[in-house]
Amino acid sequence: MRDKLLFVLGAAAMVLLARNILVIAGFPNEANQGAIFKIIFFHVPVAMAAMGCAAAALVGSVMFLLTRNFKYDALAVSVTEVGLAFLAANLVTGSIWGRVIWGIWWTWDARLTSALVCWLLYAGYLMLRHAIEEPTQRATFAAVFSIFAFIDVPIVIFSIKWWRTQHPQPVFWGGGSIPGDWYLAAVLNLLAMVLLGIVLTVARLRQEEAQREIDSLRRTAHAF
Amino acid sequence: MIAFFRQVLVVTVKDLRAELRTKEAVNASLAFALVILLMFSFAFDPLEETTREISGGLLWIVFAFAGTLVLNRSFAREQPNDCLDALIAAPISGAALFLGKALANYVLVLAVELVALPVFGIFYGVHWTAQFPQLMLVLLLGAWALTVVGTIFSALTVNIRLREVMLPMLTYPILVPALMGAMQLTAGLVNGKPISGDTVSWLKMLIGFDVIFTAVSLVLVETVLVG
Repeated sequence: MRDKLLFVLGAAAMVLLARNILVIAGFPNEANQGAIFKIIFFHVPVAMAAMGCAAAALVGSVMFLLTRNFKYDALAVSVTEVGLAFLAANLVTGSIWGRVIWGIWWTWDARLTSALVCWLLYAGYLMLRHAIEEPTQRATFAAVFSIFAFIDVPIVIFSIKWWRTQHPQPVFWGGGSIPGDWYLAAVLNLLAMVLLGIVLTVARLRQEEAQREIDSLRRTAHAF
Repeated sequence: MIAFFRQVLVVTVKDLRAELRTKEAVNASLAFALVILLMFSFAFDPLEETTREISGGLLWIVFAFAGTLVLNRSFAREQPNDCLDALIAAPISGAALFLGKALANYVLVLAVELVALPVFGIFYGVHWTAQFPQLMLVLLLGAWALTVVGTIFSALTVNIRLREVMLPMLTYPILVPALMGAMQLTAGLVNGKPISGDTVSWLKMLIGFDVIFTAVSLVLVETVLVG
């Protein structure tokens, strides 16, 4: 049953994504930026999906510390990995856009820097997990670090904003004038990303569960 | 409450005494700071006017690198003879243990910084005495940020593989806002500009960072130590 649901969700995400790509390809080029503007239909939704993942990682980490239930630890690591992939997609799409519009792949602008710092923070979370063998200690320490990382993110964003900013102001939810069907395309793409994120997270969760089962079987085998 | 602070003090004094008898962390840290200062001289022309503009950043890179060496030893020192288990089993709260260790590290990190600062001033022609009291304030706040985050992560990484690599890997990204604030403030101060207008917000940010991370560390340290 769960298998089927996962396949259906995955298929729905794929179909929606394919539909969105077709629709977005059919839009006329933006007046100032041309075709490259369309990258924003992916750039913004993956950023939002990544933020959602960070929030879910916080919830998973706090719940693990409160309940000591390993399900929450598995949730935290799964969403962190998926979130990192989304944030990487955000950085890459932004970089491609920057190459065309600014002429450079990267600039040490506020948003770019804070996104990179976030990426490094959560990559550190995965590195920390890899370095610890004992499951309970790994889950506890990782949860503590995840909480630290989440608290740090807003401070990073605000402080870097004071430092310098060159990133364009928000287009979709910042008072820009966007045609209705473009707006809808962005929302639908966000939906596609969220679906994709859920499917990936659930797949990763089951992997984590299987891993824990293997570990416990191995321990039982060694005990005899 | 008084008992709590006495426990903190006992841990601090113990750590400082252990360090002063061996001087392993402080000596290594100071030597490392000098080596980095030397390396900088090859990276750019040390007597250029531009050096003074980036001096705040350079100084804090030295402090962060050298400070990590001190912080790495903080909990690692307790590993031989299972001293860490004894400390955790002692009838004091995790918060008292953490605060005691953090204060000892703070003294050591500040000592390294106070030696490295004049050396930096001499080698690179930076007028670090121009705004001395305000520079001290930034140094105190920045060093506390470095110490509090470094101490909790030192506890976090003490038992794991690749400890020496993991500590800076985890600490520096978290410290980005604090280091950035300290760098901005220091750059202004060594150029003779007092803290005012724009830079006040950096000072507030630095204080806020210190307060938030001290509070979070005190809440979570019990979890880290006891599990």
